Amino acid sequence: MELIQLWLNDQAVTVSVGTSLLAACRAAGLTLPTLCHLDGLTPVGACRLCLVEIAGCSRLQPACTTAAADGQRVHTHTQELLDLRRMAVELFFAEGNHICAICVANGNCELQSMAVLVGMDHSRFPAQAPQRDVDASHPRFTLDHHRCILCTRCVRVCDQIEGAHVWDVAYRGEHCKVIAGLDQPWGAVAACTDCGKCVDACPTGALFRKEEGLTGKQPDPAGPARLRLARDQGRWWIP
Amino acid sequence: MRRLRLATVWLAGCSGCHMALLDLDEEWFDLVERVEIVYSPVFSDTKQFPAAVDACLVEGAVGSTHDLALARILRSRSRLVIALGDCAVTTNVPGLRNLLRSPQRSGAEAVLDQAYGALADLHPQHPQAPGLLPALLDTVLPLHAVIPVDAYLPGCPPPLPRLRLLLEALMAHQLPRLDGDALLRFG
Amino acid sequence: MATAHFHAPRWRCCDASACRMAGSAPLWRALRRARRAAGLSAVQLPIKRVGCLRLCSEGPLLALDGGAVSADPAAGRATRLYGRLTPELAADLLMEALAGAVPALEPHRLDPHLPFFALQRSVVLEHCGVLDPGAIDDALAHGAYAQLRHCRRRLSPAAVRAIVRLSGLRGRGGAGFPTGLKWDTVAQQPPGPRLLVCNADEGDPGAFMNRSVLEGDPHRLVEGMAIAAYAVGAERGYIYVRAEYPLAIRRLRVALAQARRRGLLGDGQASDPMALRLELRVGAGAYVCGEETALLRSIEGRRGVPHPRPPYPAEVGLGGAPTLINNVETFAAVPSILRHGAAWYGAIGSPASPGTKVFALSGALRHTGLVEVPLGTPLRQVVETMGGGGSEGWPIKAVQTGGPSGGCVPASQLDVPLDDDHLRSLGARIGSGGLVVIGPTTSMPALARQFMRFSRQESCGQCLPCRAGTVQLEQLLDRFVGGVASRADVERFEALAAMVQRTSLCGLGQAAPTPALSSLRWFRQEYLDACMATETPWS
Repeated sequence: MELIQLWLNDQAVTVSVGTSLLAACRAAGLTLPTLCHLDGLTPVGACRLCLVEIAGCSRLQPACTTAAADGQRVHTHTQELLDLRRMAVELFFAEGNHICAICVANGNCELQSMAVLVGMDHSRFPAQAPQRDVDASHPRFTLDHHRCILCTRCVRVCDQIEGAHVWDVAYRGEHCKVIAGLDQPWGAVAACTDCGKCVDACPTGALFRKEEGLTGKQPDPAGPARLRLARDQGRWWIP
Repeated sequence: MRRLRLATVWLAGCSGCHMALLDLDEEWFDLVERVEIVYSPVFSDTKQFPAAVDACLVEGAVGSTHDLALARILRSRSRLVIALGDCAVTTNVPGLRNLLRSPQRSGAEAVLDQAYGALADLHPQHPQAPGLLPALLDTVLPLHAVIPVDAYLPGCPPPLPRLRLLLEALMAHQLPRLDGDALLRFG
Repeated sequence: MATAHFHAPRWRCCDASACRMAGSAPLWRALRRARRAAGLSAVQLPIKRVGCLRLCSEGPLLALDGGAVSADPAAGRATRLYGRLTPELAADLLMEALAGAVPALEPHRLDPHLPFFALQRSVVLEHCGVLDPGAIDDALAHGAYAQLRHCRRRLSPAAVRAIVRLSGLRGRGGAGFPTGLKWDTVAQQPPGPRLLVCNADEGDPGAFMNRSVLEGDPHRLVEGMAIAAYAVGAERGYIYVRAEYPLAIRRLRVALAQARRRGLLGDGQASDPMALRLELRVGAGAYVCGEETALLRSIEGRRGVPHPRPPYPAEVGLGGAPTLINNVETFAAVPSILRHGAAWYGAIGSPASPGTKVFALSGALRHTGLVEVPLGTPLRQVVETMGGGGSEGWPIKAVQTGGPSGGCVPASQLDVPLDDDHLRSLGARIGSGGLVVIGPTTSMPALARQFMRFSRQESCGQCLPCRAGTVQLEQLLDRFVGGVASRADVERFEALAAMVQRTSLCGLGQAAPTPALSSLRWFRQEYLDACMATETPWS
């Protein structure tokens, strides 16, 4: 295995070729915030929370989609990055209807935790209070679009792990919406295998099991990585 | 040492944040040694917002003309204003009526139509008592949308350790430094 | 006594989109009827339907070559130009062609020596307005495909790339990346298939440079692409055109079919391994598909959203293969560069920005239309000398360059040379080449909001800063337009704009705040005048 060395916040780190910057940061014990990233799925670099500064590169780059390179000098927690991340989380809260107190994922929500991580005590941006739908047509699961942050983890897990490609994104800009089938009620999409991987991958309370309306949501975001390991390396059991 | 002149205000909220303050229970016996509550819906009977307030804790979103007027008064008479709890910080549950807006009517009208129109058995009509009942604002707003706010204490309601930290800081005439899961979390 | 000279007359009737909108089709039909009524044949008085004759504000335009009665033998051959024509003038135009000097046409005569025409330097538009875009023989007669043949017979792919590199040609789509370097990058990728894509998804408001090339001289683009394919070793290519250009699409389809029939392009039968198989792909109305990575996904049949670069398409493009993407104008410059040489092209324009650039002039300007000038030409020369200054004699307030990704140049800075380096120093960009002149009655906050609304509506919605940030930025601009902003809103706007620029995934989001920031830089007082003394609550 070919090794490369890079500097993360002036600390030398050795990783194997092909490692993403995000994985390198995590291996070095750095906490980089992410919302759209999920181990086991292809990265998209859409939430912009894991942007880092790379010496010699004028643009900030998402750590999830950028490969670690030999000799790279990376800074992950400059004041600029901290300010940008907090502003991004404020925008997330302002664009949807994220009312933690009445949410099925309260206490188990990655967006809620992200606000803590970036130190967001309020959003400086007016809440858009978008009028969205709730799709409860599936017998076991519900999709509450108000809580969707368009991370597309559900889209990718269904496509890449389950192989059903029930989900996709339709429309554009602020009107973007995760759709089942060709924007049909979820319960009417025959391609859905009812596996629930999308629910487990969802970082917020947008996707949940119906009974979780009473118990609170218990997601399983480690699922895709576990399945990848099992399928790609035959490791079905991790001690 | 001069006692902290503290006011607490209840705007569009469920009073849960005030209940949380009350949940400090016997701790208040010690707190009142250092805190003078000059205005509060639960600790005091004063009807007029007083002058020269050191710190004012505001529960609730701004949902009516009364809320808006009181917010402006408390801001002008308080050195520090703290948004207490999710309603004041994000509008939270009271802000849900903003989702009911349409091109024809505001979220407030939609709520009134439903409560006093569609659900009325007899004489459907909006409650009206000029000078007595404040009008609802078209849009429910967080406190910092209408007045400058010095500190934010999220939580629905804010847990007791968070309230203690806030009061300790205020009694030292400082603003609390909130970070980490215990001190800073919505919901 | 003067001797009359007569040259066989020929009409060239502008048949590009702008003149069509102004009524060139009924004019053309009326001319044909008039010709028939006079008993003349198409050989005696040809009517050629051509691409853009440039001065769109005077459309529909008609050029008359030869045919005049004149004392001056040279003048007889000169081209005369007429504008704002109606079908009722057909008989007069016929008289003019046969006998000359028809008084009724006096108000319609346009001086071909106007600075608008005289100061142009046509390279890409060399044959635009001259050729019949539907006739490959006409194009061939004007030298089309000669450079392709020359390349294939006489030059190695590396030699072709060297010429393009030495010419200093840079991408004309807005980013200005050195074309030769891009070609080299694609050519030097590990062995395997390579692909070629032309970005003809010209979506900037006020931009119609590419449309004019596609409508006026499609074979020039096809030849440029075929040369590029030879230079980088691509066997297949795509032209991605926006659906909003139906005429350009029609003409491209005709041109591609003609080129295939003549064996200039591959026909899919692999008869000539050297021949490029070139296909048309039509967009579906998404501005973001002009962004190269989104464009590639759209060609692949997927949702057109950008993805992070690197890897660049030159390394990993269509279906994972190295893919060369250039703009229409970039490819269209290539045949001329090969014909005249890299040094010739490099000598046009300024040393840092060689060559010519096509600009689309529109807005509050006397003469609007299409101009091609050397890069580095002062903006003032383009808008005041060539464009004739503000419409109705009004002063020019500013010039918006580069559409919704660009900025404004205020009247005080009009002497700036038109190249990207100089425009960037003013906070603007050359972009793809749209120049919209802003008159004194236009409110800059309102204009900034217009561009922000465009970016908001065209955001693909994939990344947060662009999707949510443009919404908030537009609402802040609403407050300035409505006169209820505060000074704090200026700061809020600048802070969020900086975040959207710095963190958006693709160039569209990164550039979305540029028009507003640029107008805030030059016209800050207009924003401050819209502020109230006290803070207005959110609504």
